[in-house]
Parts: sequence; structure tokens; C-alpha cells
Amino acid sequence: MKRNTLTLGLGLLAWLALGAAWADGGRFDLGGPVYRDECGACHVAYPPQLLPAASWRELMRTLDRHFGADAGLEPQQAAAILDGLVAQARRRPEAAPRGGPVLRITQTAWFRHEHDEVPARLWKGPAVKGAAHCAACHRRAEAGDYGERTLRLPR
Amino acid sequence: MSAKPTIAYLLLPLALGLIVPTARAEAPSDFLARFDQVARAADAGFRGFSAQRGERFFKSRHGADWSCASCHSDNPVAPGRHAVTGKAIGPLAPAANAERFSSARQVEKWFKRNCNDVLERACTAQEKGDVLAYLLTLRK
Repeated sequence: MKRNTLTLGLGLLAWLALGAAWADGGRFDLGGPVYRDECGACHVAYPPQLLPAASWRELMRTLDRHFGADAGLEPQQAAAILDGLVAQARRRPEAAPRGGPVLRITQTAWFRHEHDEVPARLWKGPAVKGAAHCAACHRRAEAGDYGERTLRLPR
Repeated sequence: MSAKPTIAYLLLPLALGLIVPTARAEAPSDFLARFDQVARAADAGFRGFSAQRGERFFKSRHGADWSCASCHSDNPVAPGRHAVTGKAIGPLAPAANAERFSSARQVEKWFKRNCNDVLERACTAQEKGDVLAYLLTLRK
């Protein structure tokens, strides 16, 4: 029985390591189901790796005023989600243009560099509506897959 | 074939229900009854819910930028779309989506958030009941 548990544990570890490796090919590990269900209800569950820990802390502290919407959670649930986000957060800190940690993924230097070839009309078109809608082009964003193979620009 | 096992099977759900009453899935009518109770306690002149009033409430803006319909669509048996993020939102009417109004935790969470967004205050039991009464008139 014990050996089975050990095998299961090792298997799980290997699977987690594989998940981290996938991030290199545009695939991200989105963390636990609570994060995906709660945060993913209103927007794609953004990859935790795209913001530094200070940003996630500030976002989770101000959830009841979340970009103009009340996204408040029960404190226990919010704490558990934050733990997961911080564990996978980007190491390099980054400040927002007006100071404080950057709160929008779209304002990070990384995002702007990755999307510098996307024409402005596409962002504003009816299919996308705004940069928060990753899934408009990244067809498998829900699963953390932002690879080129699943990328399709709308007309 | 004895009758005993059949009776045992019939009693099993009851037994389980007694053991884990909080895990029981709720029905939209449970919420309607609860809102009704609160509305009665809050206002002696309460005369019951109105689907018509609920529809008007659902489709109008209340001073802020959004109405309920901004994200849930004017036709709640159809899927909605988040007004800012564009994320697809499953239909709100229970006839089109069995998950709706089946969990007290979810119902409380979403009314709290969304009433804050749409009205910049909490909704009253009467408003919640009216909207639910409206949603329950819709057929797929």
C-alpha cells in the first residue's frame, strides 16, 4: 500500500516537472482547480508565471475592486489561490508605469514585446474587443496553451 | 425476490440526505422560497414576486455602466459574454443551464458581486426574487 502511494507521488512529481517544462513551448501550468474555476469564471485563468509575486499579492488584496468589478472571494479561498499564484509567479519584478507593481499582464514589457506585431485594428475588432480576451486568438488559452500551433488571428 | 432490499434502496437517498444535508443540490424553487421569506420579513406590504418587474430590472441599467443583460445577454436562455473580457458565460436561465440556482454558495457569491457592479449596492430579496421569477418563465 505504502509503495503504491510512493509510486503515485513520484509519478505526480514527474508530471509536475513536465508541466513546468511545457511552459517553454508556450504552454503554461495554470495551477489548481480553485484558481481556474474562480478566476476563470470571468476571464481566461491567466498563467501565474506572467506576473511577479508582488503583483499577484496586490491583485488578490483588492479583488472587491478588480478593474471596475467586484470579484470578491471568501478570505480562505483567496488565500489558497494566492499561495498557488505566488508559488508559480515570475521571479523578475516589474513596476507599473505609474509606480507600484504592474497589475495588468498587458502592461508588462514581455507582453508588449510578444504582441508588437499585432495590428491595432485587431485588438479593437468585435472578435477580440480587448487584450483581456486571450482566447480570441489563442484558441487553447483555457488550457494554458499559448503555442503557435493553436494560434489563429480572427479576420 | 424479497421486498427488503428494494425498501433499503428506497431509503438510501433519504439516509444520505440526513447525513449530509448541506451537500444536497438545491433547486431554483428553494431560492425563491428563501427570497420570499426574507422579502416578507423586510416589508409587511410585500405582495409576491413579479416576473415582469424582474425582466425590467434585468434589462435596465441602474445608474452604473452595466445591466445584468450586459454580460448575461438580453435572452438569458442563450450564452452570454463578459462585457469587458469577452469570456463566454453559460446561459443564466435554469431551463437552459441546470447548474444555475443549484448552490447557495454560488448564488450568494454572484448576487453579491454582480449587484455591486450593476447597482453599486446589494440587491434586496424582492429584486433577487423578481429576477429569478423572470428567469423561471423562460423556456429553451
